[in-house]
Amino acid sequence: MDRRNFLKSGLIGAGAGTLAAGTALANNTIPKEVPEWSQILGAGVDVEPYGLPSPHEAHVRRRNVEWLTASPESSINFTPLQDLSGIITPNGLHFERHHGGVAEVDPNEHRLLIHGLVDKPLVFTLEDIKRFLPVSRFYFVECAANGGMEWRGAQLNGCQFTHGMISCCQYTGVMLSTLLNEVGIKPKGKWILAEGADSAGMNRTIPMEKALDDCMIVYAQNGEALRPAQGYPMRLLVPGFEGNMSVKWIRRLEIGDMPWFAREETSKYTDLLEDGKARMFTWVQDANSIITTPSPEKVMKHKGYNVITGLAWSGRGAIKGVDISLDGGRNWEPAQLEDPVLPKCLTRFYYPWDWQGDGKLIQSRAYDDSGYVQPTFAKQREERGLNSIYHNNSIHTWEVKPNGEVENVQLA
Amino acid sequence: MSNWLKLVVVGLVAAMLSFEASAQQKIGLGTVPTAEEIARWDIDVRPDGYGLPPGSGNAYDGEEIFIDKCSACHGEFGEGAGRWPVLVGGHDTLASEDPVKTIGSYWPYTSTIYDYIYRAMPFGEAQTLTPDETYAIVAYLLYSNDIIDDDSMEINADNLAKIEMPNKDGFIPDDREVVSGERCMRDCKDSVTVASRARILDVTPDQ
Repeated sequence: MDRRNFLKSGLIGAGAGTLAAGTALANNTIPKEVPEWSQILGAGVDVEPYGLPSPHEAHVRRRNVEWLTASPESSINFTPLQDLSGIITPNGLHFERHHGGVAEVDPNEHRLLIHGLVDKPLVFTLEDIKRFLPVSRFYFVECAANGGMEWRGAQLNGCQFTHGMISCCQYTGVMLSTLLNEVGIKPKGKWILAEGADSAGMNRTIPMEKALDDCMIVYAQNGEALRPAQGYPMRLLVPGFEGNMSVKWIRRLEIGDMPWFAREETSKYTDLLEDGKARMFTWVQDANSIITTPSPEKVMKHKGYNVITGLAWSGRGAIKGVDISLDGGRNWEPAQLEDPVLPKCLTRFYYPWDWQGDGKLIQSRAYDDSGYVQPTFAKQREERGLNSIYHNNSIHTWEVKPNGEVENVQLA
Repeated sequence: MSNWLKLVVVGLVAAMLSFEASAQQKIGLGTVPTAEEIARWDIDVRPDGYGLPPGSGNAYDGEEIFIDKCSACHGEFGEGAGRWPVLVGGHDTLASEDPVKTIGSYWPYTSTIYDYIYRAMPFGEAQTLTPDETYAIVAYLLYSNDIIDDDSMEINADNLAKIEMPNKDGFIPDDREVVSGERCMRDCKDSVTVASRARILDVTPDQ
């Protein structure tokens, strides 16, 4: 073979190789035609004064489970965790939980009254509240019933439905302790009734110690005013505690010397145990985690290099670590946490793995800086029975099948 | 202690005291409401009866109001319609596989019935009932749950809080484990078995 022929055969060989790869990845080639968006003028400024996502992202939306509740006004929908990156939930995707629909409050007519066992009762307008020194902090808000449909067995086949009653935002407002200092709490004032301006008149009792620690009255979420569905123009934020306590459309705080035992802290949001007794005032959201990819919505498409990712959180403090199991909890390896890792806030984790197209039972297990380790479902059921509804924070299992599909399963 | 160190310590203490003072200092925002303004919004009721307004009602009158304003969702006898809450019955079911949590079987205090009905019911017509109507509906629900046995008994601010609910001792404080489990990393279990699958139920909404 002369030099010319050798080069030629080499090129053919290389070309053949490229062709083979090109056939397999036809969609990854650069298109032959110049696309329209590269030729014609696009929309000018102000066509969309408040920007919206690309129409290609229309599948990224909140969803509900209609059979769960009697009416959409007293119901819940779910954040599409499987479609989100990082730790922040965009405002339009924050899950909704209303007990009497979304109150459409006129901010000019809204008032926050603080009274009861105080030196001097006070009424604040939104403008008054915004005059105080602002504080901005990142927190998750999670419904106590997140995961509540799974107590009796794997039920909903989707990450959005098993874990989407949680969102995480940067909130801006005033520390509740600042407002309480303004009214002056009498020594006997140990509890606060928080009440919303919605048609449910949502009311919950908050312990004074928590109120003075890190509670806030917030008016902004991710840099803009709260959305009506999240309590516009102001809501109480009770970091790390069940979301129901973060009363939306907050209009009144009454200081008292005992809890009120409102409907939502007796009839609801109490955790029935096997012996018929129920735990009450189960405020803290314990450490929890979920793998968001892969998941029933985010199936495996490629053999070889993949990254398992998900979210972890704890109402007791900061996530210290997340472990990943690929064999149903027999063996575990640490995942990487991504900064920032903040207390009472979602934490993003990653775990690169080499998938060879075999069936796997994948799990994540979070632990926090208080020493708490997320329990197995078997352990949680053994301790609480099947009727708890609320506060399911057990380790979740996805089954990855050889064809790449993913199913919500529970282990014995 | 040297003189300069004393000065530093004195300075630090002074700085801490002034910080303490500034933390307690009031900004002075907000307006003092009148007693009448507070009363207009102060609708809550506690288990000790604190907050119950003047007025009264009995179960006999309450039945008529309940059928008119509540039965569309809760049924004429509080048995519930569709997925709306059941308000009556459910006794001795809390430890069963299918607990029925009603006012009679689950709620620990009578005050909560008044508080919730007045602030949130009828659904979509909140804060429209009079205190007399609210007391009457409360009386009807207590009567229907066999908690009071006289349908002419006038329920009011003096006697409502004294009526004991069957499940008043059914609640315990949060005693969940604060530190749970160890972080096993290798050979944590002998066998792994799938016990249930979401696809078999097929109740997931279409996406």
